[in-house]
Amino acid sequence: MAENPQQPALATRPLSPHLTIYRWPVTMMTSITHRATGMALTGGALILAWWLVAISNGLDGGYQQFMALAASPLGMLVLFGATWSLAYHFFNGLRHLAWDLGYGFDKKLAERNSVIIFALSALSAIAIFAIVWTGHGGYLQ
Amino acid sequence: MKSAQTPLHRVKGLGASHSGTGHFWRERITAVALMPLSLWFAYAAIGLAGTSTSAPLQFFAHPMNAILMAAFVIISLYHAALGVQVVIDDYIHSTGMKIFLFLLVRLFVIATGSACLIALLRISVF
Repeated sequence: MAENPQQPALATRPLSPHLTIYRWPVTMMTSITHRATGMALTGGALILAWWLVAISNGLDGGYQQFMALAASPLGMLVLFGATWSLAYHFFNGLRHLAWDLGYGFDKKLAERNSVIIFALSALSAIAIFAIVWTGHGGYLQ
Repeated sequence: MKSAQTPLHRVKGLGASHSGTGHFWRERITAVALMPLSLWFAYAAIGLAGTSTSAPLQFFAHPMNAILMAAFVIISLYHAALGVQVVIDDYIHSTGMKIFLFLLVRLFVIATGSACLIALLRISVF
């Protein structure tokens, strides 16, 4: 596209929506977190593909290495992040669907629900890790 | 005044965006489908956590589990491509870069999805 000679110089004053000087309401936090967890989960699809490919290679086809990596501190950190991201995107996604139907726009209610979603997603991720850690996972063998 | 729009452009009624509500609608439909599928995925992933290779091999050898996993893979990656497209639309303002990133996202989901589906086929069929 050609340069516009009439284009004004870039403004140095703060421009709307003043993200740097704004006190962030919790609803702004839940909105950007929905995006961030969605992007993280898109990348997390690689872990799912890796897991399925390792399984499909059969015995000694890389599945043990995958499980060992998953049980390492870094592996657990990544999996915890993925678990929380999925839980968050799930609960906040439910709220998005409710919004689409016209429910939940009241300011106080939206703020309360934002806090609930942060708490509920964190608790879900911790509960899932507790289930696996205490040996209550792996029930499908 | 005679309109500068072609009759086809006018009858489509889409304006400068080149698209209508299709993208929004697909994002919602896939989201609704992913609600029960995500719960099933959590049940499967927790149930297979820390198992030896034979457990997931047997689990996905069952056609129903393979089909549910394939549905989860296809619908979640489709939903991911739609969602990432919105993020690109919001933050990338150069048309060339935008088209390049759209194609890159599609390449990513098709490659990742193919790997998952071929793995599932190898487990459940062969």
